[in-house]
Amino acid sequence: MQQVAFAVLSLITLGAAIMVVTTPSLLRSALWLILAFFGIAGIFVLLNADFLAITQILVYIGAISTLMIFAVMLSSKVMDPHQPRFNEQWGLVGGFSALLFVALAAIVSRVVWPVAQGEVPVDTIQRLGADFVGPYVIPFEIASVLLVVAMIGAIIIARERE
Amino acid sequence: MSNPIFNLAVLLPLLPFLAFVLILLWTGRNKRLSAGLAVGSIGLSWILGWAIAIAAFRVEGFGANPFLAFRNWLPTGPTWQAFGIVIDPLTAVMLIMVPFVCFLIFVYSVGYMGIGKPEGQHDVRGWPAEPGHVDPLVSRFFAYVALFATGMLGLILADNLILLFIFWEIMGLCSYLLIGFWFARKYPDPKQITPKEAGLKAFMTTRIGDTIMLAGILLLWIQTNSLSFSEIFKPQTLASLATTTANLPILGPTPWATLIAILIFWGAIGKSAQFPLHVWLPDAMEGPTPVSALIHAATMVSAGVYLIIRTYPLMQAVPHGPALQFISFIGAFTALFAATIAFTQNDIKKVLAYSTISQLGYMFAALGIGAYIAATLHLLTHAFFKALLFLGSGSVIHGMEHGHHAVGHSAHGDTEAAGHDEVSVSPARFDPQDMRNMGGLFKRMPRTAWTFIIGGLALSGFPIVTAGFWSKDEILADAFVNGHTLVFVTLAVAALLTAFYTARQIVMTFFGRPRTEAAEHASERDSIFAWMTIPLMVLGVFAVVAGWVAIPEDFPILGALSSNPFHHFIGGLAEALEIEANPLPFRLSPLVVSLIVALGGLLLGWLVYRGYAGKGAPAEGSPLEIPDPMARPLGRAYTVLQRKYYFDELYHAVFVKGALRLSNWLFRVDDLWVIDPIVDGVGRLGRWFSEISRRFDTAIVDGAVNGIAAITNWMGGIVRGIQTGRVQNYLLVGLVTVSVLLGAFLLLPK
Amino acid sequence: MVPLTWYLFLAAALFCIGVFGALSRRNAIAVLMGIELMLNAVNINLVAFWRYTDLGQMTGQLFAVFVITVAAAEACVGLALIITIYRQRHTVNVEELDTMKG
Repeated sequence: MQQVAFAVLSLITLGAAIMVVTTPSLLRSALWLILAFFGIAGIFVLLNADFLAITQILVYIGAISTLMIFAVMLSSKVMDPHQPRFNEQWGLVGGFSALLFVALAAIVSRVVWPVAQGEVPVDTIQRLGADFVGPYVIPFEIASVLLVVAMIGAIIIARERE
Repeated sequence: MSNPIFNLAVLLPLLPFLAFVLILLWTGRNKRLSAGLAVGSIGLSWILGWAIAIAAFRVEGFGANPFLAFRNWLPTGPTWQAFGIVIDPLTAVMLIMVPFVCFLIFVYSVGYMGIGKPEGQHDVRGWPAEPGHVDPLVSRFFAYVALFATGMLGLILADNLILLFIFWEIMGLCSYLLIGFWFARKYPDPKQITPKEAGLKAFMTTRIGDTIMLAGILLLWIQTNSLSFSEIFKPQTLASLATTTANLPILGPTPWATLIAILIFWGAIGKSAQFPLHVWLPDAMEGPTPVSALIHAATMVSAGVYLIIRTYPLMQAVPHGPALQFISFIGAFTALFAATIAFTQNDIKKVLAYSTISQLGYMFAALGIGAYIAATLHLLTHAFFKALLFLGSGSVIHGMEHGHHAVGHSAHGDTEAAGHDEVSVSPARFDPQDMRNMGGLFKRMPRTAWTFIIGGLALSGFPIVTAGFWSKDEILADAFVNGHTLVFVTLAVAALLTAFYTARQIVMTFFGRPRTEAAEHASERDSIFAWMTIPLMVLGVFAVVAGWVAIPEDFPILGALSSNPFHHFIGGLAEALEIEANPLPFRLSPLVVSLIVALGGLLLGWLVYRGYAGKGAPAEGSPLEIPDPMARPLGRAYTVLQRKYYFDELYHAVFVKGALRLSNWLFRVDDLWVIDPIVDGVGRLGRWFSEISRRFDTAIVDGAVNGIAAITNWMGGIVRGIQTGRVQNYLLVGLVTVSVLLGAFLLLPK
Repeated sequence: MVPLTWYLFLAAALFCIGVFGALSRRNAIAVLMGIELMLNAVNINLVAFWRYTDLGQMTGQLFAVFVITVAAAEACVGLALIITIYRQRHTVNVEELDTMKG
């Protein structure tokens, strides 16, 4: 059962991903990206990372993709849909990414992963929360600072010059 | 034994040399200061010279113990040639005459060259000044005469032949510079010699003598390894020189002493203007008159005689040898030769020039026959009265110029405005030096006239009251007593002619009536004549009394009053040098002959020329056209004499033309055909090499360097292509690397 | 039970697709999309490993959360940059942004 779900989800995800990188229209590309994010959220659910799945949807789809669509809208006049999507090195890139995939796949299949069975926690949120304010408080704080900085930075970068 | 004053003798030449240096370097602009420096320095040398001479007279037996001071100076191989001074009786008597006469002439020059007069507006440098103006280059004049005085004083003090030769040459240089003092002067007649040419002629002619003399000195050095007088006059040295012989072609074995003596004598022939090198002295009269007096009468030309006197032990090393015979022959011949020319000359200075040549011949003849002391005496007395005569002639010339100027003409007459190079068309150029233009100057220039007459009488050998009598008579007596008949006769005839032309000169210049307006208006009234006439008077005194120190003890009446100090003093030296110089026994015959030729010559001259003088100015035409009373009787011979036996023309044709042609040919070889083309060729070769090198450098070396740069540039251009500026390209590199590495890692066997 | 390796393959595939997109698209926003795909692939890897090897702690998920945070910040700044570049140069073609060329 799970494997079927996995297969479907991964198909959706990969398909959407491929469409993201090949669609000439940026808007469509963004929408396909949203679909890919959904697929990934589903994968997270399969992996019992419920908080993460919700976070994925909230952040990626809710915020980042929206942002991307904004950016697409703001710059849509410029992109000529008849221009080539890919730059001149796409062949090489494709080849070597394929090679990379092959290599990674080879590694994955050869390594004996130390799989351990364990009790899947049901209180992931609580645990995450405890970890955020406990052992990982500093990265947590720094991450918030990072967000603030990024926000301010983005505002400053993108504001209208008088 | 030495009086400490002798140590100061080295100052004698140094003081005028100092004046020379100072005038040239500093005081040249200030004419009065320059003249003052020169006169002051020679004045000091005069006083010091007399002090030293008087101190020398006081020393007993000075001849045997002269004062010597020397230093090893020239390194000559393993030995040294010492340079130093010698003060012996000969030096002492020379020191009486030389600085004193120099001083008087320097004082005279102050007036003659116009010191104190204003500068002329039209005066050109290198031309004589208009009367009443100072010569524009007078500072230079005083510098040169000061240098000359250095030369002469150094010469008489020198204790070796090389030092003597050095001063000899200094005087030769000054002679050249001073003869050509008015270097810019040109004459309308191209045949007339200019001062510049005369200077060169003097220098060249004496050069011939100097070169031969130098050869003699060098041979002497080779034989004796020393040139100091004290060394070479040692009896052993002289004996060896007299006996060892040199094998000469044609002449066969000749004693070294003879050969060297004759070679050295040639220097004297050149310097003292004896035949055949006499041709320069008459033309040297182009120089200012003080120069003629100083250099060409009193001092430089007598340096030749001094040389022979000084080296007399060498001359007589071979007893009765060819050297002395040669000297006496040349001397006697020249004495007569010059005297025959003298009475045909019309230029007042040229007469005196030939007279000088003749008197120098007298001195050499005297030396040749062994009259050592008489020759020395005549050297001294001649210096006094010849200087007197020349200075007097200078005064006469200035008087004539003033007279000419007073009548409203330019005094020099050669071109109307002095300074033009082009030949002026004025037909009759007035020559203030031509005696035919003079006459009647006795009344107009009394002081000059009296002193000149005294000098002339001394020259003629007027008995008793003139110095010339004592010295000339001594020589004649020596010739007679020692049986040199030919010399005696020659000298007697020469003495006759001397008196004759002297009387001619005096009568033409001073007696009778003036033949030109210039002579009529001649005068001594200008301030410059004060400077000029005082030395004349002083010299006049000496021309009278100088001989009295040498009255022979055997002389009738007067001899008893005289102790003949001169003879004793110089005799001491002669004795030390083993020269025969015993006082002669008194003989009547030479005295009578001497009186006859002197008085007779004077009388003859007066008789022949008084008519000419008395006529005064001609009714029409120039006084130059009046024929000389001697011209018609002698006819063609007169012309030959007046043209000086055509020797100048002969020398010009034989030597000068050939030298000029050779010089021209060498010029062409050097500049046109051979040397310059070779040098240019080498230059061109160098440039060709340089050009090739340049091309090599540009093409290959630069090419290599530039090539490396270009290659680097090219490679950089290629490598630059990697930086496309596009991030995706960079990332591709990363992707490729990672994937390849991973792939390789996986695929490679463990 | 889905084997771990399947997730890993998925992640690898997704990553490589993301690489392809980032390196070969002309539009800058498309490049950003590719980067997001890559980050998501990484997240899948992290969570898969957490799930299969290390259930005792929450480290895997924690890390993934941070990744998302950083991705958000980065996307924000990146898009701000793209908008600014668009305003200045009137292009979003990354090929034209090559002033560092040479």
